[in-house]
Amino acid sequence: MATSPYAPSLARSRARTAKDHLVTAISVLSTLVVLVPLVAILGYLIYKGASSLNLAFFTKVPVPVGESGGGMANSIVGSGMILLVASLMGIPLGIAAGVYLAEYGRGTWLGHGVRFTADVLNGVPSIVMGIVAYSLIVTKQNHFSAFAGGVALAIMMVPTVTRTTEEMLATVPTALREAALGLGIPQWRTVLSVSLRAASPGIITGCMLAFARVAGETAPLLFTAFGNQFWNLNLNQPMAALPLQIYTYAVSPYDEWHRLAWAGALVLILLIMVSVTLVRLFAARNSLAGGR
Amino acid sequence: MADNETPQNISVPLVTVARKQPEPPVTPVSAVSEDASGIRAFLRARGSANAADRGFAGLMLLGALSLFVIVVLIVWILIQKSQLSIHAFGFHFFRSSNWDPVNGDFGALPFIFGTLVSSLLALLIAVPLSLAVAIFVLEICPIPLRGPISFLTELLAAIPSVVYGLWGIFVLVPLIRDKVGPFLEKTLGWTGLFVEPNFGVGMFTAGVILAIMIFPVISSISRDVMRAVPNHQREAALALGATRWEMIRLGVLQNARIGIVGAVILGLGRALGETMAVTMVIGNHPDISKNLFNPAHTLSSVIANEFSEATGDLYLSALVEIGLALFIVTIVVNAVARLLVWAVTRGNTAKAV
Repeated sequence: MATSPYAPSLARSRARTAKDHLVTAISVLSTLVVLVPLVAILGYLIYKGASSLNLAFFTKVPVPVGESGGGMANSIVGSGMILLVASLMGIPLGIAAGVYLAEYGRGTWLGHGVRFTADVLNGVPSIVMGIVAYSLIVTKQNHFSAFAGGVALAIMMVPTVTRTTEEMLATVPTALREAALGLGIPQWRTVLSVSLRAASPGIITGCMLAFARVAGETAPLLFTAFGNQFWNLNLNQPMAALPLQIYTYAVSPYDEWHRLAWAGALVLILLIMVSVTLVRLFAARNSLAGGR
Repeated sequence: MADNETPQNISVPLVTVARKQPEPPVTPVSAVSEDASGIRAFLRARGSANAADRGFAGLMLLGALSLFVIVVLIVWILIQKSQLSIHAFGFHFFRSSNWDPVNGDFGALPFIFGTLVSSLLALLIAVPLSLAVAIFVLEICPIPLRGPISFLTELLAAIPSVVYGLWGIFVLVPLIRDKVGPFLEKTLGWTGLFVEPNFGVGMFTAGVILAIMIFPVISSISRDVMRAVPNHQREAALALGATRWEMIRLGVLQNARIGIVGAVILGLGRALGETMAVTMVIGNHPDISKNLFNPAHTLSSVIANEFSEATGDLYLSALVEIGLALFIVTIVVNAVARLLVWAVTRGNTAKAV
């Protein structure tokens, strides 16, 4: 028995199997560990935020310290306006660049350069965009403005929209384009009505993701939109934004304001998740209709 | 022409027949060409597609070039606005640890230190976890669970920085102050890295929150890279009798390692520039200390904290110079990471989408 030629290799194989099990256990454990903060954050948001949500939160502006009540109506509207400005500037630019990459610049030196620039620009810290918008607009006008905040966010949207547009257009079969061109349709029309139309669900989803990403951005708004405790619908003036208000309330020493910060964070997360989900559903339905 | 004439000379009747037959098609050709000119005329009446095509392509090109314009604009503004500070301090700016707005003496060393240490701390925590999760999702996890787990980890990426900060202030900071801190001090206090007093806010807390934030980036990109490894690599390892772990190590990790390094560097780039969450939990004090419980400052947190209150052109210029340093560092880090990830996934990304 002791002289069995297989004995050592059996021991080794057991050791190897044990190692395999160990790695499996570690990776399962890591996944559980990672899910803890996610559950903790979402759980706390609902636990702390839901109790402070009431009608006043959505209809009233903030009240001074000491008074109870008040809400974030102006921040919600302000966020919406700043995001609208950002989308109006960022999305068309991003889509145009994406169309160029997918339809014209494929394989060219310029195309690679643009793609690389988009990828690198994606990683530039958002606070740098804030400095740029501040220097471009705020210092020229000598006052903070919602418009400057919109510009900062627009710059952040462009690379994301560009890359998703390009990737979605790449999934459109070449035969579809050739069919259109073969029927004598000019190329610009082919791109607009065939390629972009076929890829539109994906592109809309991409734009929505870019939107959701900048919706929660605070750093570039700190010294551009600046925040406002009152109603303001003038894009040329400081404007409240939901993430800014959450920041202001979170770092304040008052319990009442902390409560509002949690409620604001819950609303922000819900807005982001709901808009992304809605557009996903809408895009899925649209793609089925267009596919027929 | 010469070919046509030789047969004519050899056998006239045959050729005349042959020539008569092609002739009828000739007349229809002219008829067709009349039709074509009709189409052409119709097209011309609708406007020249050529000009429209060129115009459209030009418009799209402008969109593409706008990315370059944005980069040039950022660089130009950062350099122009930091001139004052560059001239006043020179390279000494990055070696000096004085931060004295009242006397106009500025140095960026404490912020560079804070940024590097908090980011490295985040990597130390996040890299093993994210690789383990990537391996789990791709190679071990039962297929029905794959989608939900990927979705949940991506959800972590959708949470805004300011919400992480909020959670950090009210949940993580007390936790580290009351539970984790004393434990670390007792077990690892001898290293000098964890010395009381521990206020909960400080370098360590910032590292933990950064780790949570960069985890989804590293995990999802290393997953993409590992997915790009051809299946026959796995099959070959298994056919040689490898266990699953050996298959992952030899067949997958070995082939994907360059891309994984890229993913880690990409995570580092994210950590270097992260602002709000860090600002809210790091304590905001320009200190260089070995003690990780100490309040600190990072490049981005000092800008977030002091930019709108900066009085005086030199103060503002120094903050912009910090922004310039941050920009250059993240650009370099991101460029390197992108090149590494491209090297591994090239050609596969289009198919994977």
